[in-house]
Amino acid sequence: MSDAKKAACLQGKGVTKVFGFGDKKTVAVDHVDFDFREGEIISIVGESGSGKTTLSKMLLGLISVSEGEVLFQGSPRDIRGGRKKKEYWKNIQAIFQDPFSSYNMFNKIDSVLLDCINMRGGKNLPYEEKFKMMSEACSFVNLEFKELTNKYPFELSGGQMQRLMIARIFLLKPKILLADEPTSMIDACSRSTILDMLLKLRDEINMTVIFITHDIGLAYYISDQVYIMEHGKFVEHGPAEDCIIHPKAEYTKRLINDVPKIYEEWDLSTV
Amino acid sequence: MKNTLRNIFHSPKFVIGFIIFFGLLAFTLIYPFFVAADPLDMVGQGNFFKPGTYVSVQDTVDAKYYTLNIQAKSSNLGDHIEEKDKQDMRDWLLNYGEVSQEELDAADDNALVVLWLEHYDEKAKQKGLLASKKKAYVRLNKEIVKLASDADLIIAVENEDGELEESKSVDSKQYVNTKDIANQRKLVLGTDNFGRDVLTELVQATKVSLKIGLIAGTVATLIGLMLGLLSGYIGGLFDNIIIFITNLFTVIPSFVLLILITYSVGQNARGVTLIAAVIGLTSWTWTCRSVRSQVISLRNRDHVNLSKLSGHSMIRIVLTDILPYVASYVVMAFILQISSGILAEAQLSMLGLGPSTTSTATLGQMMNWATMYSAHLNGSWWAYFPVVLVITLIAFSLNLMNTGLDQVFNPQLRD
Repeated sequence: MSDAKKAACLQGKGVTKVFGFGDKKTVAVDHVDFDFREGEIISIVGESGSGKTTLSKMLLGLISVSEGEVLFQGSPRDIRGGRKKKEYWKNIQAIFQDPFSSYNMFNKIDSVLLDCINMRGGKNLPYEEKFKMMSEACSFVNLEFKELTNKYPFELSGGQMQRLMIARIFLLKPKILLADEPTSMIDACSRSTILDMLLKLRDEINMTVIFITHDIGLAYYISDQVYIMEHGKFVEHGPAEDCIIHPKAEYTKRLINDVPKIYEEWDLSTV
Repeated sequence: MKNTLRNIFHSPKFVIGFIIFFGLLAFTLIYPFFVAADPLDMVGQGNFFKPGTYVSVQDTVDAKYYTLNIQAKSSNLGDHIEEKDKQDMRDWLLNYGEVSQEELDAADDNALVVLWLEHYDEKAKQKGLLASKKKAYVRLNKEIVKLASDADLIIAVENEDGELEESKSVDSKQYVNTKDIANQRKLVLGTDNFGRDVLTELVQATKVSLKIGLIAGTVATLIGLMLGLLSGYIGGLFDNIIIFITNLFTVIPSFVLLILITYSVGQNARGVTLIAAVIGLTSWTWTCRSVRSQVISLRNRDHVNLSKLSGHSMIRIVLTDILPYVASYVVMAFILQISSGILAEAQLSMLGLGPSTTSTATLGQMMNWATMYSAHLNGSWWAYFPVVLVITLIAFSLNLMNTGLDQVFNPQLRD
């Protein structure tokens, strides 16, 4: 599985985001280059404040890029104007960190899934058809749609909400999924389920998953490629085995040391 | 939604405010079914008649009489004799009537009259009394006898020849049942300076003032909400322009602006709706500012991002993903705007800049009239006190409802 065989999916050249100006200038993402290939799970690992979420929002097109350019499928992406953005968002979707704030608490769960069907052009399908699609999506994430229909988001548990987010992705079938710390607000048991589902998405739909996390252990477990980010810059990147088993950068070593180990003495001196 | 409503109606503050407010509202709505009179009809031909039941004197004479043995005359005899005459009577009885000082001291007005009738004799020896004084006593005696007597009053009517003819006599033991009197009117709060029934006027004025508050509140809330939502969500240059205009309106004292606008509009053009709209147009700024700041914090939430990613249009995002989250605040702001609208109208009308006065009364105008005709100086409390009470109750109940809602929506404030 060499890189050359896989088609380019999302590339960046000197992508930069600057907030504010003058004395209050903050460089959140500082000239990063990346090359994400189709059908891979790419982890972006870094501590909080390193610019992971800003980068993900830029990739999503929710905030503008200050400098540099993002290439989508080999050509510069053009998302000026609502219609083009809508087209772009058919190809790239996201799961957010906090499932509790990801839902509009005034809308029923059905509306979230129905929106996805509408977005895929299924607006005029009969309800039975839509129901079948929603049930299928829910069973993909081990949920029972019949139990969820007509419920409000706050009636679900965090794990259920996050799984429903993945069901939404399953319905939309985008080329790229940006998962912004999807497991950080969820208990450890649900965590592996969610990760398994992300793997399933890659294997079944050939989806590119960009997995953003602060937990290098998780990154190792799931990724094909790892990008280590520090203060808005990528300090190291490469296949997961290379990066994590044989780290070169100081920062990566520190991150690896921060992971608690069950059968070993934990060196807290660097924490 | 259902839960929120239940919570709201479990807040005692809200419930009390709600009861007061809707009690007032219901009273203003139901009252016209019982009293159909025109509120601006001038009932009294004079200023500030006291509260009470008014019956027609003529109807009293014509009504059916019942003879009852109630000592009505003697019970108030003393009121009809002047203090000076009472002293004269005491002097005469002591000096010439052989009545002891103790007996006189113990006697009240009625007993004094009884003593007088028993002991006075115009032929008794009255040593040392001037002839003129003696004659004065004779005249006084006649008056007292007339007062105390049960003599009939004669009602005479002019006949065809222009002569007076006795038609009826009324004696002091005759009474009229108030139910038999055709024309009577209960003026619970008396009349105002124009001779209008204050209660009927007050009910209408409350209705008009509530209408003004409602229109002003709606206008202010709608403008503030719309500008706040748009400037908060769109941001950038648009936000800067809107916030500049808002700041401009905030620094200009809105009441001065209100006075200038209403004055320049002119007396004839000033209708209720116009005044309400003007009040609304000068008081939207705080709603706009606070809605904007809430929207700014909301627009970066994940559910808004998710909605964007689902390809929703801006209008849909604002209406479905942002508006419901600020709705509770907007409802509270709306309630406060109603209250401040009513108060602003009262202030304007007190200055004589209220709606044109020919067809409607408002709470502020009633106070203005009461002040101009110095009701507060001549003790006509009924002309202004009920108005003040109603304004206070409205503002109090609305603020109470607002505080109650605040406690439901912001649970940290709950004690």
